[in-house]
Amino acid sequence: MTVESISTFGNEVDSLFLIILIVTGFAFVLTEGLLIYFLIRYRHRDGSKARYIHGNRQVEILWTLVPGLMLFGLAIYQTGAWQLIRQILPAESEALVIAVEARQFEWHPTYPGADGRLGTDDDIEAPINVIQVPVNRKVIVRLSADDVLHSFFVPALRVKQDAVPGRPISLWFEATKVGQYEIACTELCGLGHYRMRAFLTVAEPADFEAWLAEIEAR
Amino acid sequence: MDSETATISADGHGGHPAPTSFWRKYIFSVDHKVIGIQFLFTSLFFALIGGALAMLIRTQLAWPFREVPGFFPTSGGVMLPEAYIAMVTMHGTIMIFFVIIPILSGAFGNFLIPLMVGARDMAFPRLNMYSYWIMVPAFLVMLAAFFVEGGTAAAGWTSYPPLSALADMVPGSGMGQTLWIVSLLLVGTSSLMGAINYITTIVLMRAKGLTTFRLPLTIWALFITAILVLLATPVLTSALILLLLDRGMGTHFFLPDGGGNPILWQHLFWFYSHPAVYIMILPAMGITSDVISTFARKPLFGYRPMVYSIMAIAGLGFIVWGHHMFVSGMSPVLGVTFMTSTMMIALPSAIKTFNWLGTLWGGNIHFTSAMLNAIAFVAMFIIGGLTGVFAAATPVDIFIHDTHWIVGHIHYVLFGGSLFGVFAGLYYWFPKMFGRMMDERLGKIHFALTFITFNLVFFPMFILGASGMPRRLADPYQYEFLAPLQGLNQFMTYSAFVLFLSQLILIGNFAWSLFRGRQAAANPWQANTLEWATTSPPPHDNFETIPVVYRGAYEYASPLIAEDYLPQHRWLDGATPTTVPQPAGD
Amino acid sequence: MSGTMSVGAVREHPLPEGTEQPFPGLSTEKFAVWLFLASEVMFFAGLIVAYLTIRYSSPSWPVVSEVLNVPLVAANTFILIVSSVTMVLAFDRAERGEAQFRYFLLATAVLGTIFVTIQAVEWAELMGEGIHISTNLFGATFYTLTGFHGAHVSGGVIWVLIVTIKAFRGRYAKNPLGVELVGLYWHFVDVVWIILFTILYLI
Repeated sequence: MTVESISTFGNEVDSLFLIILIVTGFAFVLTEGLLIYFLIRYRHRDGSKARYIHGNRQVEILWTLVPGLMLFGLAIYQTGAWQLIRQILPAESEALVIAVEARQFEWHPTYPGADGRLGTDDDIEAPINVIQVPVNRKVIVRLSADDVLHSFFVPALRVKQDAVPGRPISLWFEATKVGQYEIACTELCGLGHYRMRAFLTVAEPADFEAWLAEIEAR
Repeated sequence: MDSETATISADGHGGHPAPTSFWRKYIFSVDHKVIGIQFLFTSLFFALIGGALAMLIRTQLAWPFREVPGFFPTSGGVMLPEAYIAMVTMHGTIMIFFVIIPILSGAFGNFLIPLMVGARDMAFPRLNMYSYWIMVPAFLVMLAAFFVEGGTAAAGWTSYPPLSALADMVPGSGMGQTLWIVSLLLVGTSSLMGAINYITTIVLMRAKGLTTFRLPLTIWALFITAILVLLATPVLTSALILLLLDRGMGTHFFLPDGGGNPILWQHLFWFYSHPAVYIMILPAMGITSDVISTFARKPLFGYRPMVYSIMAIAGLGFIVWGHHMFVSGMSPVLGVTFMTSTMMIALPSAIKTFNWLGTLWGGNIHFTSAMLNAIAFVAMFIIGGLTGVFAAATPVDIFIHDTHWIVGHIHYVLFGGSLFGVFAGLYYWFPKMFGRMMDERLGKIHFALTFITFNLVFFPMFILGASGMPRRLADPYQYEFLAPLQGLNQFMTYSAFVLFLSQLILIGNFAWSLFRGRQAAANPWQANTLEWATTSPPPHDNFETIPVVYRGAYEYASPLIAEDYLPQHRWLDGATPTTVPQPAGD
Repeated sequence: MSGTMSVGAVREHPLPEGTEQPFPGLSTEKFAVWLFLASEVMFFAGLIVAYLTIRYSSPSWPVVSEVLNVPLVAANTFILIVSSVTMVLAFDRAERGEAQFRYFLLATAVLGTIFVTIQAVEWAELMGEGIHISTNLFGATFYTLTGFHGAHVSGGVIWVLIVTIKAFRGRYAKNPLGVELVGLYWHFVDVVWIILFTILYLI
């Protein structure tokens, strides 16, 4: 992927992509290569006649088992990555939990206040379309939507999750590099879908705390 | 038996008397050949509309919000975002429901099935006529949406609620979305009628000797496809009805405000729409097998594995729908199961690809227009299929879902696959349909231009997708990470214009050949299947005498005779005739 | 299919006797009705799955025995089952060439009409109590499922009446296929109701 990866599991995703690229690339070269070769080698010329053959059991078994095992192997291989990214969330006690609500056509982040818990009176409503997180810290985003489906896509984190009205969904990540990265909506949500642009700011912990204090004061 | 329904007539093969009036001959015909051609013409017309919409989409992606000469008068020639997403919605909807499905199943299915199984018509000719004519209100309703307030549906061809359920969420979700739903309900009814007819005809009306494993793959594919249509379409019907109720009767099946679940729509929708993609590819696979065998002058390699692979694709196709929903909020455990089944469905497709290669190996290959397009099917389907493996891998799909990677993937299978399969079928069966040959030189020019520009338009989409470019964005370049991609998109758009214009060559060839093409013989390609055992075009009741079948469909290069083809119905002296029952099977 | 690469495995086979009828005696119409019923099964399956998932993921759901008039609808279910019996008798008598089959057809149509009428009465009762299709998910699923089933019964009644009229005009005396076909559809509609009655009223 051409967007720089700045999340802990980003490398898993990218290396899986690369492995699939190598395997499919090999399959591509083999099959297209054979195709081109056969088209040239077996083109009609005067007097040529085709072979009268209907198939070959051994070769059928071979090209069923080999790709079958490769595909199944790929399936097994990636379950670990999927588990890591999706099935196992870090405990809320060890992560920064923020709520992000999507609505036509903006993103509304909410941070926990001094009590460290979301959904209480001291929650801090941050300015729209900017989500700031500390670097090297696990973050859980409780994603929700107000009106229609949206989707929270942060290419640099290799994170994407649909925001579904009526059902909050949690996703997690840990950013590894300070900087500003773009967020896009990737579920068609109306005429403003194309401009649901937001920013993920990854900051040093001290800068993050300062920013949080500042917006709380406002 | 009721003579009006005229199913199985005296000779047991579904004949009915030839019509005499113009209306009965060409408009309200019960003749499967006429009905097939009706589907063909209307599908080609909608292909132009769908293609034009694609050109508008490409224009926007190349130069967002720049004036488009001649369009969008109410907004100063500029395509507004609501118009862009309406274009995207209607392009997908039209191409799927008014082009690919009707042309493969409706046109080729109707025209070929009775001929290839040796029957005089379908089992239910009048039902067949209704299945075409119910498409007409479907067309009109869908087209009417362009002219209503708020315009056409604009929630994507996938029509996810709440966006598609609530009229105030996007202009197209007003009357336009209602018309979209009604139109698709009519299309579904047409499909079901056709499926019942095709399955009955293929199972019960085959000529003597045409046992199951002597059927050509075109028929196998159309048969399995019809079963998919029969079983999957009604689930779409139920989903559309629930959506209609949410929109108009105050229910909340998919609306959280009343306790409903938007993800329920996705499950019901994709339960149909995933088999739908196999409905769109299997007939093209069948056509490809027949065309490749004919022009390689060689038996199809691995006939039974090919048949079983079609069945496997169809069967597995019912248990993979969740791979469209990996990031939807569906349980991650289902992510694992759907990922596994999706990985496995690549296997029968791979087997088929190897068998096509096996058919070419050792062949005597003639590069007719039909053959070039069939070969392109194989080459492009390989790319489409392999890029699907990335999407099946759930961690990777998190990144590429709803990006242009998916758009590239679907166009490689639907255009690179299905549409090249359609082209192959057109060049191959045009002589049988119309009694004239298409121009081969124009066919080759059309092929070359289409093949090259197709790849120039769609291959870069994998680069766009890997760069994270989302779908359905009216202006992607306001994102810094996407701005560098505008140049590539412009290149794709110029290629798309050439691609679209190249289709004019096909249309011109088609139209000119209808009136001025060289007269076609009964069997211009020296092929083996039963449709070539009668004149081009066939008489009203298809065959002077119903053929009797003695062998499979792929006896090319047989050592028994001097010619390099041995039709299914050809009687050979010394071949054992029989009045004694034979054991079943090949 | 030959497993070896030998070129010489010739594919000539003798002609099987007779037409290609995998199911001897099966008419195209009967086969087609079975196919149609398969598609109808999938249609109701979509609605039923939607109902079950909605109901069992809802935080709360009415106690159906308190909201719905189970005794009335149980009686109605019995009526529909009896109509299937009269339909079986109609086809049986028609096959034997006994003219009374026409009255059994008529009885089926009448019982079917009673079923739909009682259903309408039940609907009116419920709406009188303030439960409409838009009230809540219970209402939405209830009216949708029973409504589409009722529509299928109504269509069936029309079909049975058409067959009955033709029967009184002397059709089916030699070939009772038309009676058998409507019978297949009718039994299907009955089976669907038994499922719906169970999942809407009994559990």
